[in-house]
Amino acid sequence: MKKDTIGEPLSRVDGRLKVTGGAKYSGEYKFPGLTYAVLVPATIVNGTVTAVDIKAAKYAPGVLAVITPFNAEKVPGYQPDAKKPVKGLKLFNDNQVHFNGQPIALVIADTFERATYAATLVKATYQVQPFETDFRKNIDKGVTPNAGKYKDYVRGEADAYKNAQVKIEQEYIQPSEMHNPMELHVTTAYWEGDNKVTVYTKSQGVMSSQRAIAAAFNLEPQNVLINARFVGGAFGSSLRTWPHEIAAVQAAKFVKHPVKLTLTREQMFTLVGYRPLTIQKIGLGATADGKLTGITHESHSQTAVYEEFTENAVNVSRFLYQSPNVNTRYKVVPLHIGVPAPMRGPGESTGAYALESALDELSYALNIDPIELRLRNYADIDQERNLPWSSKHLKECYQLGADRIGWANRSPKPGTIKDGDWLVGYGIGCGAFGAYRGHAEAKLKLMADGSINIQSATTDIGPGTNTAMIVIAADVLGMPAEKITFDLGNSSLPPAPTQGGSSTVSSVGSAVHDVCVALRQKLYTLQGKPRDSMDEIDYAAVIKEQNLPYLEISVGSESGDNAKNYSMYSFSAHFAKVYVHPLTGVVKIKNLIAVVDAGKIVNQKTAASQMKGGAVGGIGMAMTEEAIIDNRFGRYINGNFADYHVPVNADIPQIEAVFINKPDPVINPVGTKGIGEISLIGVAPAIANAVFNATGIRVRDLPITPDKLLS
Amino acid sequence: MNQFQYNKANEPHSAVKLVAKDPDAHFLAGGTNLIDLMKMGVVNPTKLVDINHLPFSKIEKLPHGLRIGALVSNSDVADSELVKAGFPLLSQAINAGASPQLRNMATVGGNLMQRTRCPYFFDTTLPCNKRKPGSGCGALEGINRMHAIFGASDQCIAVNPSDMNVAMRALNATVHVSGPKGARGIPIADFHRLPGEQPELDNTLKNGELITAVELPYSAFNKNLSYLKIRDRTSYAFALVSAAVALHLEGETIKEARLAMGGVAHKPWRLSAAEEFLKGKMVSEGNFRQAAQIAMKGAKAYQYNQFKLKLAPNTLIQSLRIASGIAAS
Ligand SMILES: Cc1cc2nc3c(=O)[nH]c(=O)nc-3n(C[C@H](O)[C@H](O)[C@H](O)COP(=O)(O)OP(=O)(O)OC[C@H]3O[C@@H](n4cnc5c(N)ncnc54)[C@H](O)[C@@H]3O)c2cc1C
Repeated sequence: MKKDTIGEPLSRVDGRLKVTGGAKYSGEYKFPGLTYAVLVPATIVNGTVTAVDIKAAKYAPGVLAVITPFNAEKVPGYQPDAKKPVKGLKLFNDNQVHFNGQPIALVIADTFERATYAATLVKATYQVQPFETDFRKNIDKGVTPNAGKYKDYVRGEADAYKNAQVKIEQEYIQPSEMHNPMELHVTTAYWEGDNKVTVYTKSQGVMSSQRAIAAAFNLEPQNVLINARFVGGAFGSSLRTWPHEIAAVQAAKFVKHPVKLTLTREQMFTLVGYRPLTIQKIGLGATADGKLTGITHESHSQTAVYEEFTENAVNVSRFLYQSPNVNTRYKVVPLHIGVPAPMRGPGESTGAYALESALDELSYALNIDPIELRLRNYADIDQERNLPWSSKHLKECYQLGADRIGWANRSPKPGTIKDGDWLVGYGIGCGAFGAYRGHAEAKLKLMADGSINIQSATTDIGPGTNTAMIVIAADVLGMPAEKITFDLGNSSLPPAPTQGGSSTVSSVGSAVHDVCVALRQKLYTLQGKPRDSMDEIDYAAVIKEQNLPYLEISVGSESGDNAKNYSMYSFSAHFAKVYVHPLTGVVKIKNLIAVVDAGKIVNQKTAASQMKGGAVGGIGMAMTEEAIIDNRFGRYINGNFADYHVPVNADIPQIEAVFINKPDPVINPVGTKGIGEISLIGVAPAIANAVFNATGIRVRDLPITPDKLLS
Repeated sequence: MNQFQYNKANEPHSAVKLVAKDPDAHFLAGGTNLIDLMKMGVVNPTKLVDINHLPFSKIEKLPHGLRIGALVSNSDVADSELVKAGFPLLSQAINAGASPQLRNMATVGGNLMQRTRCPYFFDTTLPCNKRKPGSGCGALEGINRMHAIFGASDQCIAVNPSDMNVAMRALNATVHVSGPKGARGIPIADFHRLPGEQPELDNTLKNGELITAVELPYSAFNKNLSYLKIRDRTSYAFALVSAAVALHLEGETIKEARLAMGGVAHKPWRLSAAEEFLKGKMVSEGNFRQAAQIAMKGAKAYQYNQFKLKLAPNTLIQSLRIASGIAAS
């Protein structure tokens, strides 16, 4: 019987390449005749471009072309009669401006510097229309999403919390949090003739990028080759193909040269999405002994006038705790701003901040320990869908986290523990994220020397996907990881879903698992053994004995019908210990523990890294990140890395990731549920709750900056 | 970025001459502020005069103090044994600013001259009297969370963003300059100015004047001191408020106090009345609170920086507590 090797810590297989600069990202490919495209942003918020004076730019040194709404070649997918119309903003297709910073022209030159300079020479004239960017002022103009078809949720009685013995009714604000992965968004494109294009781009899904570019330019998908071998972080900002990516492809066609378009850091604040500003109202009702009798969760969030964006902020309240009465409401407020995008734990982290803060408030109102309150309302089944959980070990998460953080030292009375000058507090925040599995394919090639190559068109936006895949393969095949390579990030490989929704290990990992099982079965069959034999295999020997140059095998893999009988989620409990200075409002996070039930953990080392990365994102959400718009001008006033604060190393404490590590029996053959999102969901409320425990000050509008804690 | 001429100056005299002749010429030191402003289109020089090769990169011991060359990097000042021994407050303040990479490039002269970080100043599509006199102050009724509570005018409520300058103000530095009309020394108190009716002027340098050095007089303020900076993240952020405190103690008695604040005014803000109050007083929480109350006289906040009316005195109190040894830093 082969030994179970899944979960053993394996360093990233491409770690050395990454830290030595050998890993090549989309902006690092050089082609003969490469040219550089720079976007020209609109300086109005709403209206039309009436003219663009491109003379000075066009005759500036090195400039090949200037694309504007008035001279752009039509992008087929932007036209009303398109077979698959492109959704969202259609750059240069018309002269409408919907938000400040929307590109209104594109300059292509022989160097980046010359293109940048020429872009400053482009002068647009506008007809200006009134605009609205003020979320609060327009919150009453919120609309029901999906053209009014979105359904609010009711279980039992709506607003039942109002009649409860003990109730909490509060409002929580999540500000706009801008996508800023370390790697800027960059697209390099070149055409071969009129019907074939190759695109290097920052993408979370090479197949979906392929479909999007093919639709935009009316091409056969196989004539669109997408490369995203390395991605320097994406967090949801590359789930879709953005208008500027299509513009790069359009520019390459126009100038008949390879074109590279790199967004500036400042443009990242308007063009690649963000976690939307959201105001949530939570009503919680409970009996005096802490049984929830009603939960109401309402949310309003920003969206763009030209495209609707929705997320699941309210959904978490439907199933995380047991309650006979739950209702949720959701509206979006269209404004003259860029469209939001999913950001790690999209909706769920915003929702969990509100729900988990409110639950904490309830615990003080009831004088019941927050963990005890959660245990009294533990959901043994998913009441939303009326299904059993495929697996749920949240109780163990509470226990493990409480032990590690030293919960026993917590005082139920806020502001009563001190260490020197500093007030000390403890907090918990929980989260859940759906465990998904999509259809994925994998191709395996066994070489004459007994080594293995596996391919699948997934991507690795940072978690170490190929490392995880190699771990799974090594385990099934019973061979050392060093003998296995895994190729990803190219649309010519066997199709796989986009890397998003924490589903890659579940989907692609299952395909890798299945293709390895298929190989074993094939080899046993060739040897005349029973298919499901467990004999050790000497791969090189078998292939030699069978006189084969190599052996290739492909599978497609997806979940069976059984999955429909279960509700599948990953669960987390985050614990924070904070110090707060009562005079200056400075917060030091002393300790952060992330305890996760995400099924079987494939690689303890990379999984722990991913948990820590998510926690850092959560610290940014809790403590520092907020994009601020001056509504008089409709412009962000801190859209740069000096003024918009992502956390720095000095903000980050020791983060400990603890895994329950019990395989989920339903979701997939490996038993993994996914950790990408759950690593962030619940971090912000854990910190906010700890800050309250330390100070007695409840921060209901993130981020928790010193000014909000001055007593 | 516009086209400009680049000149490398080999001696101070020619640098001064090149800049004095041309109102749109600028000295280039570390470039960490100027180049950013050029990229944003906030400053559009026709000519850059690179002064990095001038002989101003020494820290020298004088009989009565230290002379720090205008081109010594912020890192080298902060790390200098002479500075750490004689003026540890200055080391602390510099290390509280920017990032190691920036401090390695930034110079003493450039830091004294750095422009405000007011977002309306940085964004050429928005009004700003400092960038474009007469265009209005975007911050006055805008997002003014980072802005001044002392000495502002209705033309400009921006703050001087420097940490180094706050310590220099507390330590009575003299800025030495060399100009078309010869050399002079400017007490730091007179170097930066309040916005008044001319917010476009940050300081009292005359056209073509080149900072050559800063002199710091030796004092007894090198034992009990604290530079406390409160900001939106632990490092690499400008001050919401900072408080430089240096106390000359004899036992528990304050012989003399030096107090200055950053993030509160268009210039590093010296708290003379509070210093006067503390003179001869005992080290005590009560005295520190009273001093902070005195320091806040005349403070005025705007829509989004009301919190500074509380944060500023609290930061001063905490910095006093640290300097006097009541609290750990
Ligand atoms: C992201 C970021 C964060 C920062 N954070 C902080 C912070 O927290 N605290 C802080 O204090 N600072 C901070 N800084 C500012 C930094 O300290 C300044 O940019 C730096 O000190 C400027 O020095 P420099 O030599 O690079 O000046 P330069 O950019 O070369 O010049 C700045 C100005 O000074 C003039 N000048 C330079 N030398 C002389 C001279 N000898 N005589 C006359 N004029 C001269 C130039 O003409 C120019 O107008 C930050 C900067 C950045 C970019």
